Amino acid sequence: MSMLEIKNVSKHFGGLKALDNVNLSIRAGTVHAIIGPNGAGKSTLLNCLVGKLIPDTGSVMFDGNSLLGIKPHEINQLGVSRVFQTPEIFADLTVLENVMIPCFARRDGAFRLHAFETTEREGGIIEKAEQILIDVTMQDKRHMHAGSLSRGDKRRLEMAMCLVQDPKLLLLDEPTAGMARADTNNTIALLKDIKAKRDITMAIIEHDMHVVFSLAERITVMAQGTPIVEDAPENIKGHPKVQEAYLGTQAA
Amino acid sequence: MMKINLNDKILMLIVTVVVLLAPFILQPFAEGTALAQFNAGYPDLLQRIVIFGIFAIGFNILFGLTGYLSFGHAAFLGVGSYSAVWMFKLLSMNVIPGILLAIVTSGLFALLIGWISLRRSGIYFSILTLAFAQMSYNLAYSVLTQFTNGETGLQIRLSDPRVLDGAATNGTLPSTNILPPSLVNGFEMRDTYQLHLGNWLFQFNTGYYVTAVILILAFYLSLRIFRSPFGLMLRAVKTNQTRLNYTGINTRPYTLAAFVISGMYAGLAGGLLAAMDPLAGAERMQWTVGGEVVLMTILGGAGTLIGPVLGAGFIKYFENIFSKINDTVLHHWFSFLPDGLQNFAVDLIHPFVGKGWQLTLGLIFMAVVIFLPGGLVEGSQKLAGLFRRRTKKTGGGPDEQHHPKTTPHVAE
Repeated sequence: MSMLEIKNVSKHFGGLKALDNVNLSIRAGTVHAIIGPNGAGKSTLLNCLVGKLIPDTGSVMFDGNSLLGIKPHEINQLGVSRVFQTPEIFADLTVLENVMIPCFARRDGAFRLHAFETTEREGGIIEKAEQILIDVTMQDKRHMHAGSLSRGDKRRLEMAMCLVQDPKLLLLDEPTAGMARADTNNTIALLKDIKAKRDITMAIIEHDMHVVFSLAERITVMAQGTPIVEDAPENIKGHPKVQEAYLGTQAA
Repeated sequence: MMKINLNDKILMLIVTVVVLLAPFILQPFAEGTALAQFNAGYPDLLQRIVIFGIFAIGFNILFGLTGYLSFGHAAFLGVGSYSAVWMFKLLSMNVIPGILLAIVTSGLFALLIGWISLRRSGIYFSILTLAFAQMSYNLAYSVLTQFTNGETGLQIRLSDPRVLDGAATNGTLPSTNILPPSLVNGFEMRDTYQLHLGNWLFQFNTGYYVTAVILILAFYLSLRIFRSPFGLMLRAVKTNQTRLNYTGINTRPYTLAAFVISGMYAGLAGGLLAAMDPLAGAERMQWTVGGEVVLMTILGGAGTLIGPVLGAGFIKYFENIFSKINDTVLHHWFSFLPDGLQNFAVDLIHPFVGKGWQLTLGLIFMAVVIFLPGGLVEGSQKLAGLFRRRTKKTGGGPDEQHHPKTTPHVAE
């Protein structure tokens, strides 16, 4: 069963075809990697999924709902969470507060004026937040300001913020960009652990092939705004079209 | 019932004690001495400090927590004043219905203006609120004169109906009260009890204590909002709206609620101004008043609980005390100097006091924004830190890395 169904999606920026008739289907419960050289349209595609961009044509169906024409917060409420390339966290708040906000969001779904409540009385919020910090091994940093975390920790925090909402689909935009090898390996271990423990579907955009081949169960290669190959990881490595896309015709 | 932590309880206690004892604390100099000039413990000034403190506390709920800078809060102050005076004209000289109506009408007005202005953020939001405030100001002067009485300002008259206590007036204009004089005497807002202790004169004014109690309640309410999940959401709005959107939260209702709450605080302050002196003029809606509350909040420390009250006190003190230092007073101070030098000293200080008090305030404001972006609160924390370091050499305070400075509010 496919969790996400992208059909005939195109997006133009002026004369530039960022996405050209993209068809892509992500099956429920898989880790699906989208790779491709710079400018292949990977991030544009992700932006079309979360409501940041609106495609010119085509349809995006998630779990029976169309994702087009609804606002980012409504898409999230359907069960889609996104980890950004540059971590989007609440830099002025503490790590614990960062994780508490998605807890409130998921509980409420909508606006509630809990202005005269105390956080302690909103039963279970703090416990839930502390538990997810243990899961990503950040519990000892919970009272630090999120803005002062290392880049790797910021991303772990952002993942924790997404995971605490129990998303059906987790979108990861280069989750290990700019990380040291040790941090990258930690992140791979973390994502593997998440996958093992939860019923979750993941779509990963990544440049680091080590990460891609450690995690992905299915890989789509994109070039010039359109998917060129989709296959299992073992078939992708030696695929002539992939080498052509990355290295040019001469090398192939 | 109230679950607030120890630090907050201490803060609450300090605020309560200081506000209730302000007529003593701000009257440190004996009558007749040269320094009596600097006494601020007289009812009119005390009430203004407290009322603008309430105004700034409310403004801080919007600006300090969400970072949305409104220049239009003077409009709510004005609406509050007009509403209260209308209540004095139509219903009764008791201040309670007037204040309640002021809160309700300003809340509704804030809902309308906020609903429109909050479609934009940053500078565009500020400009929209400014435009609305100026529109209200000009309307009050022109089209709406049957409600506002135009340039003269809305005043109470003997001929007003005053359904509840109109009959009680015997040929003189009645004054506002907290308990009707037909029941108890001595609860008119202007009633003052004077206490002479040696050369000192302390004045205890009913109006001041009414506003003081309301300030304490308003402060407690703001403390609860700061510590609530709602307050957390508002702080999240300030630091990253994108993440909130991708977390499934529509930020509009939160910012609108904060806008309406702060508008109601402004209306309450406006109602209290009218309760102190039953007169409402359009100049209360002018943008300079809206700018003043911005200055108060930033000067005291935006986003801190106590900062806005400190800022309000500081500015109102300056406005009333420094502006009274004229050349005669200066000559008196420097009378020990020979004539030429005396004139020189007076000329040197002249631009900074009396009519020039705003120059001094402006310089102080610039210094605070440049050196203490966290306002007077940050200043006092730094002082306390210096003091602590001196007493305890191996302090080992929180390291910079794990406790970075909070982002300045002013630079945004």
